[in-house]
Amino acid sequence: MTVSMCAASSLPALAIEGLTKRFGAVTAIDSLTFSVARGSTTALLGGNGAGKTTTLSIILGLLLPTVGTVTVLGEDMARHRFRVLGRMNFSSPYIDLPKRLSAKENLTVYGHLYGIEHVRDRVAELARDLDMGAFLHRPLGSLSSGQATRVALAKALLNEPELLLLDEPTASLDPDTGDWVRSYLESYRHRVGTTILLASHNMGEVERLCDRVLMMRAGTIVDDGAPAELLRRYGRQNMEEVFLDVARQRRDGTLPGAAE
Amino acid sequence: MTAAASGSAGRRIGAIILRHAYVMRRSWPRLLELAYWPLMQMLMWGFITTFFLQHSSWVAQAASVLISAVLLWDVMFRSNLGFAIPFVEEMYARNLGQLFVSPLRPHEFVVALMTMSLLRTVIGVLPAALLAFPFYGVSVFELGPPLIAFFVNLLVMGWWLGLIASGIVLRNGLGAESLIWLGVFLLAPVSGIYYPITTLPHWLQPVALALPSAHVFEGMRAVLFESRFDVSHFAWAVGLNIVYLGAATGFFLFMFHLARRQGLLLQQGE
Repeated sequence: MTVSMCAASSLPALAIEGLTKRFGAVTAIDSLTFSVARGSTTALLGGNGAGKTTTLSIILGLLLPTVGTVTVLGEDMARHRFRVLGRMNFSSPYIDLPKRLSAKENLTVYGHLYGIEHVRDRVAELARDLDMGAFLHRPLGSLSSGQATRVALAKALLNEPELLLLDEPTASLDPDTGDWVRSYLESYRHRVGTTILLASHNMGEVERLCDRVLMMRAGTIVDDGAPAELLRRYGRQNMEEVFLDVARQRRDGTLPGAAE
Repeated sequence: MTAAASGSAGRRIGAIILRHAYVMRRSWPRLLELAYWPLMQMLMWGFITTFFLQHSSWVAQAASVLISAVLLWDVMFRSNLGFAIPFVEEMYARNLGQLFVSPLRPHEFVVALMTMSLLRTVIGVLPAALLAFPFYGVSVFELGPPLIAFFVNLLVMGWWLGLIASGIVLRNGLGAESLIWLGVFLLAPVSGIYYPITTLPHWLQPVALALPSAHVFEGMRAVLFESRFDVSHFAWAVGLNIVYLGAATGFFLFMFHLARRQGLLLQQGE
């Protein structure tokens, strides 16, 4: 199908339709349907086991859904994922890069995997942007969490992805490093216009970075809106309180356990 | 954008080779280990051969038979390890998830592992092959052009064994890692490495002849004892390798599909 540039840019960066994943008798996500507008930053917010990582894994093609479709940048991931994998990228503290390789070697390998034209220049540029000069030649296994997170982020930005998926991008970071990463992501998004979908249970991060929040619980989306809108809807002062309301199944004063 | 719309398969395969070359370059014990065992095997069997030469007229007909067999067997052994070890390293490094969210295709990954296997086999076996001459006056290169045919067939057999073992490890986790070694050693007795297939019990001979390795070692003995290249054994080895390599590739890709269905690409690691 030929799509004009204008029409293509009006398509959502990501469209998910009826996505369900079952592991035997366990339903990890159940009939998810949502789309993510181009250039936006959207959060999947939910507690442990809410289905955030499962959703990201299916979008990335690492996990096959039981039912449902994922369309990334206009391409059906079930049939044409290799057309778009080079236009998206991913970072997670739970999926490592080889620890025996230095930061520079890791980025060089992934630069080639993503077909970057001038790998050396791109790695040098990212090393400068992410302030990695001091540890660029050290094995990844010898780096601190903050340094390793920067390398993982650099890997995720190598190809200047049109869609960037981040799974808990500041997990296990101290507040200072976490703040640095969030600032970098904010400025990067404004500079490049990347669409970001991040899974997190860090409320401050979500409030600061995201235009929109998809609240997840037990594999389903239970609420959806801009942070300010959700605060108003739940009558709360901050996203942490909203999160607790959702996690404990409260809304508009409904008691825990009450049906929504 | 700095990324090409779709980088070439050659670059992606090269990237995986580069990833493992970095590891090898960084660790000289790894390089040493590659050559160590073939060298030890060659030395041990070399001295046994020297003993036999003085006491057996059968072996005296072809002084290099045992040493050649040892070196060729090591080609298959190293080829299998050369494929499976880099694969298992990716699992230990919990790197499979990162690799397969990149544009790397599973078949490109397999080709990269095959290339790594070739490199590791050459690095491992070549020093032993070269040192056999000053130690025992035996040169495996005297096999001539058939040596290439034997080498390629055993290399390919190591690949498909590595594919099967890697597929099982991918599906069952690193607890199944020992299968990598187990598979090769299981086939050793029926491959006729040091003795003709006719030495085996009758019922076992068809099993042996269903293995490319048995045809390679029969072919090797034909060259060393009768100074002729047995085209029939060569053809059987090639044919069987094509069938098994195709089946093993299908098996690995099926295991990869199962891994995607069950989320195993995310969960692997120590």
